[in-house]
Amino acid sequence: MNGQEQLLNNINIVDFTMVDLALFLDTHPKDRRALDYYAHYSQIKRQLCREFSKKYYPLTMAEADCEKSWSWGEAPLPWEGGCVHVEL
Amino acid sequence: MWSYEKRLQFPVNIKEPNAKLAQIIISQYGGPDGEMGASMRYLSQRYAMPYRDVAGLLTDIGTEELAHLEMVATIIHQLTRNLSMEEIEKSGFDKYYVDHTLGIWPQAAGGVPFNACEFQSKGDIITDLSEDMAAEQKARSTYDNILRMIKDPDVCEPIKFLREREIVHYQRFGEALRLTADRLNEKNFYAFNPGFDRCEDCN
Repeated sequence: MNGQEQLLNNINIVDFTMVDLALFLDTHPKDRRALDYYAHYSQIKRQLCREFSKKYYPLTMAEADCEKSWSWGEAPLPWEGGCVHVEL
Repeated sequence: MWSYEKRLQFPVNIKEPNAKLAQIIISQYGGPDGEMGASMRYLSQRYAMPYRDVAGLLTDIGTEELAHLEMVATIIHQLTRNLSMEEIEKSGFDKYYVDHTLGIWPQAAGGVPFNACEFQSKGDIITDLSEDMAAEQKARSTYDNILRMIKDPDVCEPIKFLREREIVHYQRFGEALRLTADRLNEKNFYAFNPGFDRCEDCN
């Protein structure tokens, strides 16, 4: 796994944790441990996304580079197979 | 309002095309218990839900289903990439190919097009949440059926991930149904629709 694949893999893992925690919090809104976990991972996700977008390509439109040309359209598409395998 | 992230929720990297398998898995794109019906069901049901927390759950699960729709489409796309005419004819993919070439179109494995009748938005919260629990189980059964037919680990892993999510969603909808039922008036023995029936005795 190269650096780009590793970073995207980490984003996948952190975001999946957040998706699952969010559904749990929807039905357990006062669970202290889940709230703390969510806040923790949410911060990591923001950092990783910013790092990925700076180094490789924007993952969201908000992170698209506007300096020379519109970088959003040049980014690889998810179904092209550029995403990495998670070792289960 | 939605925003898009240019990545899949779980990685899909299929190296070996398999048009026969693609024809089976397409049912989870546009079939009776597929991800298109799932996302449209939950996102449509939100407007009749009087409780904000449960409407929030419908939004979040409906949104995750859109990510699953993209994963299933990716699986079909990668299973049908670079097919030769011979493979298309031999695998039985020719009937799909004639109308859609290698494009992705929502249909069931048997060729029946996606239809909004595959889900309900009844405007009655107990009815809707009961349907949602059944829908998650039906999708889980379909993924189980698919898994019995796959040997390629590149296809198995994302399908196993999708199957596990059905189980988690079923748990959350079960909790949502309990949260909703607990808010009904104690005199509402038969769980009449609290979103519409305003009778004082039963709500």
